[in-house]
Amino acid sequence: MDWLHWLFYVGVILGAVPVMVMAFIWLERRGLGRLQLRPGPNRAGPFGILQPVADAIKVLTKEDIVPVAGDHWVHFVAPLVVFAPAMLVFTVIPFQEDGGLVRGLVPDLNIGILYIVAVSSISTIGVFMAAWGSNNKYSLISAFRSMAQVVSYEIPLALAILGVVLAAGTMSLTGIVQAQAVPFIVMQPLGFIIFFIAATAELNRTPFDLMEAESEMVAGYHIEYSGMKFALFYLAEYAYTVGISAIAATLFLGGWKAPWGVGPQVGVLWLVVKILLVFMVILWIRGTFPRVRVDQLMGFAWKFLFPLSLINIFIIAAESLAWPGLPWWLLFPNTAIALVLVVVWSGLFRLGGGRVQV
Amino acid sequence: MDYWAGYGSIALFLLVALIFGLITIILPKVLKLLGLVVRKPNAVKYTTYECGMETIGPSWVQFNFRYYIFALLFLVFDVLVVFLYPWAVSLRGGGWAAFTAMAVFIAVLLTGFLYAWKKGALEWR
Repeated sequence: MDWLHWLFYVGVILGAVPVMVMAFIWLERRGLGRLQLRPGPNRAGPFGILQPVADAIKVLTKEDIVPVAGDHWVHFVAPLVVFAPAMLVFTVIPFQEDGGLVRGLVPDLNIGILYIVAVSSISTIGVFMAAWGSNNKYSLISAFRSMAQVVSYEIPLALAILGVVLAAGTMSLTGIVQAQAVPFIVMQPLGFIIFFIAATAELNRTPFDLMEAESEMVAGYHIEYSGMKFALFYLAEYAYTVGISAIAATLFLGGWKAPWGVGPQVGVLWLVVKILLVFMVILWIRGTFPRVRVDQLMGFAWKFLFPLSLINIFIIAAESLAWPGLPWWLLFPNTAIALVLVVVWSGLFRLGGGRVQV
Repeated sequence: MDYWAGYGSIALFLLVALIFGLITIILPKVLKLLGLVVRKPNAVKYTTYECGMETIGPSWVQFNFRYYIFALLFLVFDVLVVFLYPWAVSLRGGGWAAFTAMAVFIAVLLTGFLYAWKKGALEWR
């Protein structure tokens, strides 16, 4: 093992991710402010750009409150269990390629995407530990909802990623990026839609933020956390958002590649631009959609996303057997199939209806 | 990079990430010794937060049965996903025979899924 290589990329990941998280928090608060016709944070520094720094200092000097009724050790360990998997996602993201050499910590891990699917669901256990350790009813309801939600959306997410694996013929993220002569978002629009919705639900972001529904359960699973432990949850949540954006950029938007090969050939720059693009769409959705109800949430995953993702993988499998090279003109039938399926399938089932218990 | 070096890098990174998180949690405790972080204990402050109400009964209770059905469904189809990943990688080698085999396998599982749907297991009520 090359120690210098390891040390460099660990430094890059541990340095870049918190910086990107701070930038994204600022971007989200400003952008959400714009979407809601208010200025957003604009006091600390020019355009409020120092707001995340001010928040960090505030949270650092806050009193740490641990409820006496809770389980202290579980309460202490939970932020770590949430935080570590969120960072682990970045280990296999390829940053750029120069001269046939792909840069990243372990970009050519042969089961790259399966590793990401496996690792990213560990943080749910941390969420549950946080709720259990707090011994708070709101927290516990939030954690149960989170469990049910993550468990339900895990299947469509993994199946949507499977379409990419089928087309690329490999699970290595480097191989997937290299297989994208045409980005997979154009080749598999249905897969991307399913992936994006399921990923938003996995991130517990609006419109799927039932576990943090302020009007129902105050703050959800981290209601009993304050100070730096709360900050770690917040950091993990945004790091995971960056991570999912990076995965979406790598799987569907062509990763480090410059679009049409034009522009500066600095891969990491394009990767950051694409991550930013995906993040802005997530932010846009947050500013636009109302929160769904819990029965609609579960029904949507099982009745809409799951059957469509199965159909999607069979379409991609049949295409990759009939035309092994997957020529670019397949994007026309695929787009047509995606449109028809989404419209037709939406009429096939009902979501909820009537009064429900939560 | 060879096979084990990749996983070794990830394992060491996990360790670094855990230490990073641990330092973040320990840091306020160090600052408290320097007097930068306040600590004013108060019996009410350390009670469970419930919007001002006093907590009635324990929170560690039996949970709603509906979660169990979804967990069961998840288990079935997550195993399916685990089978699908190696199939997806080797599909071009397996050809249409592999395609048909997996179609039959999924059809069997889908029968169970349709049964659960018709039985109303997917309704949250």
